[in-house]
Amino acid sequence: MTRFLAAIGRFVFEALGSLGRVALFAVETVTHLVRPPFYPRELGIALLQVGFFSLPVVGLTALFTGGALALQIYAGGARFSAEAVVPQIVAIGMVRELGPVLVGLMIAARVTSSIAAEIATMKVTEQIDALVTLSTHPMKYLTLPRVLAGLIVMPILVGVGDVIGILGGYIVGTQSLGFNPATYLKNTADFLEPLDIISSLTKGAVFGVIATLMGCYYGMHSDRGAMGVGRATKGSVVAAAILILAANFLLTQGFFAA
Amino acid sequence: MITLSAVEKTFGTNAVLRGVDLHVPRGESMVVIGGSGTGKSVLIKCILGLVTPDSGVITVDGVDVTKAPRDAFLARFGMLFQGGALFDSLPVWQNVAFRLLRGSLKRPRDEAREIALEKLRRVGLGPEVADRLPAELSGGMQKRVSLARAIAAEPEIIFFDEPTTGLDPIMSGVINDLIREIVTEMGATAITITHDMTSVRAIADKVAMLHKGKIRWTGPVTDLDSSRDPYVDQFVHGRAEGPIETLR
Repeated sequence: MTRFLAAIGRFVFEALGSLGRVALFAVETVTHLVRPPFYPRELGIALLQVGFFSLPVVGLTALFTGGALALQIYAGGARFSAEAVVPQIVAIGMVRELGPVLVGLMIAARVTSSIAAEIATMKVTEQIDALVTLSTHPMKYLTLPRVLAGLIVMPILVGVGDVIGILGGYIVGTQSLGFNPATYLKNTADFLEPLDIISSLTKGAVFGVIATLMGCYYGMHSDRGAMGVGRATKGSVVAAAILILAANFLLTQGFFAA
Repeated sequence: MITLSAVEKTFGTNAVLRGVDLHVPRGESMVVIGGSGTGKSVLIKCILGLVTPDSGVITVDGVDVTKAPRDAFLARFGMLFQGGALFDSLPVWQNVAFRLLRGSLKRPRDEAREIALEKLRRVGLGPEVADRLPAELSGGMQKRVSLARAIAAEPEIIFFDEPTTGLDPIMSGVINDLIREIVTEMGATAITITHDMTSVRAIADKVAMLHKGKIRWTGPVTDLDSSRDPYVDQFVHGRAEGPIETLR
């Protein structure tokens, strides 16, 4: 019994320690936001990598999810004669929950892993040390542009994902479930409220920071060798996914639990 | 110029540096020799502030390196890393001109490129490699690019970490000659880490041997063969038998 309690205690202390280290890392990143020099070229590259090149995966994920959601709601709604609510539920489901969460998780898979692997490899091959000897702060050059890019570009990706998800529902609804196109669009537009969209974009921004920050954190703290890079990459994706889901719960509670 | 006094560094339970004392005068080329894992690289990383010593003092021109303004301090240094440490995502010329494209030494882009091309020429590489990515170059060419980057901002102090590791004997000779020429030409103070005795004889004015975390012997390269130190003798002649423990 004592051993069991000790193991729980160790786990809690380790988890709190990790959380503290991530928080300090985040604070250090923010401090570089107000201290020159700045690297706009690096920010531009990060915006392209995090945002533009993620559009295909975000678009496809949202399109299929929107379509599947329409089918599920139609089939489920038919049990109590509520098939007509498909446009409204697809819209609210995509904008409030599925859009931000799925885009966040896809970015965690695509971008967080890529950032962690790239920075971890740089660390293992002494490129981070080389940056320091060339009078360039790695946090300023590598972390800040990526985290800023996540903050700026993720709300846009989530917005795009929301629209494409609704489009997926619209295509399925009008092509195979027999909905009138104009009515479907009208019901969608009428049902959504500004708070739905604000919550969606806010979640996007938060998830963007989490996804990029975790990639940078695990990359910078990677162990040596190929195994170190592998562990950093895996750890970054797991941490980003869990934190995104936890943050989603807290944000949903904050926006809609009243 | 560079002085280390009683520098100690431990990683976990592994005491790597156990009180290193070393002095490198201005304009001298010092080569630090020693077996693998004896802390040679940690030594120069301590000087650069990449690793923080547990105790001891390191000064450059009498100023404690932990108290010197960081940017101005690092601007005095150039470093050739063991694996080159070139930035994969940047073309060769931007690697060489990295310091000249940003920060306090920033120059106009065209001027920085011109300097990069000149430094590449200095290490025997033509302008045709300037726009290639590091991954497109051979190991020897990458080492030369890294050397060009180390000297691009004309530093007063240059560190070379295992400059010939992984190179064939001919390319090693070329890199050794380049290092010697550049250090002499620039009048730079140099510390080279190596266990390649050909490099030692080509590059060094003075040699220091690091063993078990301490400087075991130091003296002019001309005295290396007559040091009368059994540790230095064993290392220099590559003998398996002797006071340095080997795993067989």
